Amino acid sequence: MTDTGYVRSELVAAKPAPNPTSGAVVWAKKNLFATPMDALLTAFGVLFLLWVVPPFFNFVLGHAVGPMGTVEECRAITAGACWAYVYNEMEFFIYGFYDIPQLWRPNIVFALGALLFVPLLIPKLPFKRINALLFLFVYPVVAYFLLAGGVFGLSEMPTEKWGGLLVTLIISVVGITLAFPLGIVLALGRQSTLPVIKTICVTFIELIRSVPLITILFMASIMLPLFMPQGMTVDKLLRALVGVTLFTSAYLAEVVRGGLQAIPRGQYEAAASLGLGYWQRMYFIILPQALKHVIPGIVNSFIALFKDTSLVYIVGMKDLLEAVKTKNDSALEWQSANTATTGYLFAAIVFWAFCFSMSRYSMFMERRLNTGHKR
Amino acid sequence: MSEPSQTTAASGQATRQDKATSTKPAIEIIGMHKWYGDFHVLRDINLTVGDGERIVIAGPSGSGKSTLIRCVNRLEEHQEGQIIVNGVELTADLKRIDEVRREVGMVFQHFNLFPHLTILQNLTLAPIWVRGTPKAAAEATAMHYLERVKIPEQANKFPGQLSGGQQQRVAIARSLCMQPRIMLFDEPTSALDPEMVKEVLDVMISLAEEGMTMICVTHEMGFARQVADRVIFMDQGQIIEQNEPEQFFSNPQHERTKLFLSQILH
Ligand SMILES: Nc1ncnc2c1ncn2[C@@H]1O[C@H](COP(=O)(O)OP(=O)(O)O)[C@@H](O)[C@H]1O
Ligand SMILES: [Mg+2]
Repeated sequence: MTDTGYVRSELVAAKPAPNPTSGAVVWAKKNLFATPMDALLTAFGVLFLLWVVPPFFNFVLGHAVGPMGTVEECRAITAGACWAYVYNEMEFFIYGFYDIPQLWRPNIVFALGALLFVPLLIPKLPFKRINALLFLFVYPVVAYFLLAGGVFGLSEMPTEKWGGLLVTLIISVVGITLAFPLGIVLALGRQSTLPVIKTICVTFIELIRSVPLITILFMASIMLPLFMPQGMTVDKLLRALVGVTLFTSAYLAEVVRGGLQAIPRGQYEAAASLGLGYWQRMYFIILPQALKHVIPGIVNSFIALFKDTSLVYIVGMKDLLEAVKTKNDSALEWQSANTATTGYLFAAIVFWAFCFSMSRYSMFMERRLNTGHKR
Repeated sequence: MSEPSQTTAASGQATRQDKATSTKPAIEIIGMHKWYGDFHVLRDINLTVGDGERIVIAGPSGSGKSTLIRCVNRLEEHQEGQIIVNGVELTADLKRIDEVRREVGMVFQHFNLFPHLTILQNLTLAPIWVRGTPKAAAEATAMHYLERVKIPEQANKFPGQLSGGQQQRVAIARSLCMQPRIMLFDEPTSALDPEMVKEVLDVMISLAEEGMTMICVTHEMGFARQVADRVIFMDQGQIIEQNEPEQFFSNPQHERTKLFLSQILH
């Protein structure tokens, strides 16, 4: 017997699946009601949303007084936000005590900043190098003289008068742009084979990380003046900047170190065997890979920094949150049941908008940088 | 270094030809010892490699073969004795080390291509930033070597998109782009699937036939027979036997060598 077994003589034509494999019902079955436990959790989730969302929605929009409302309307309602208050005090929330006729100056700074910063974020746009140089070196100088004045016939505007979102953004942007390179240098220093450099970096990182930011800001207020020549005072904003930058750089250093440790030794060796020097190895080979690994951690630090700017009230700066708080406590003409709540809600929304954007942007970057590596 | 033109493959070979006429050895290792902590990994190594000479190093795993060739471009530091490469003694002087590394290419077992750069960028990075070659010239050289290793069409891909054999050929091309005078190979085929070994060996053979000074740690005995001027056998951190390939394989002197050969050539 020559039984060759079963051999197919014709190809099998495609036929429809016995059950639909896509569509809303299938999705819900698979994702929401796959097991009794899933169904129970889904039910709880829906109940929770029903409990939380409508009241919140009503407070923010449904029962709220719009920006054009009056204080009387705000006093008449109990369960709605008073957006009229925020609208009327917006200038203080954004600029602090900055002289109102001079507001065009911070406005130019904002506009110029956006004009230079947004293109940097969009990978497709050209002239990245010039753009970055302008943003990192020219813009800060221009912005400083525009804001502070005292030159070119601009009236002098001491930093004590700066406030609100302006200060929050200045501290965040300057803090991030300085803390990032400093953090990288500290991380590299911590891995150094030179004992002196290593010790300095480890000491710095560990010292800063083991102290709350508030303490560092206090220290910046007290210590910095000691290093200055007699009689010279240190600007409050500068103190806040130094404190926030040092603090964040220590955390960033540890994040970056995590990334450095993830790079296989072979990468260092291959780079070295080609004759690349230390800084070339780091810049071209090691850091691009290491930083890519730790984008979530880096952005985490940036977000933390952004929120931590609200602590600079310690050195007497009025950042966004402090500006809101000041008005909440002092704007008697706007007193109503929900005035303060609305103010804080506004601050929360602004903070959220910035932090959420950072988070989304980092996810975009991660996906973009990944394409070259996988597959 | 001060070679006037390092930009084309032709001039690179011309440079090498000139070198062959000089009698100075490419590598001289004299009474070299190395320890990892308390572990005496290399013991009294003496080895001279002439210009254009092809050396194969064999020996059981853990005998110190990798450590030895990694000392030659100072990926590892030796503690005693002298290593002189291209007339430069390896000491703690970082500048001289980078100088030596420029002239010594190295191919690793696991390729170690830079995963975030394209193949072309992998090949041009060092020539541009170490040699100062203009970008266009560096890319021309890179394409020349990619053609030599027979994968010019992969130039704009990323290493992760290539097979192991292709990656190793890129790694060889990357070293060659620096126009090195000496090439070190550390088990370049032992991480490859069997069907890819030949494509890498072919590249190495053609390199050897052009007169490149090579030190290859490999267990590819066919390769050793075909191109090696000398086979060196290492055991427990020492060179215990060296001979020309025919003699080495047919008439091993040392018991350890015999045992090793019987295990490897059954
Ligand atoms: N970085 C290191 N630290 C300590 N011991 C090492 C290190 N690298 C290698 N060794 C040891 O040195 C010996 C020689 O290693 P190696 O040169 O890699 O051997 P081979 O390449 O011949 O297999 C082995 O015993 C290995 O365990
Ligand atoms: Mg080895």
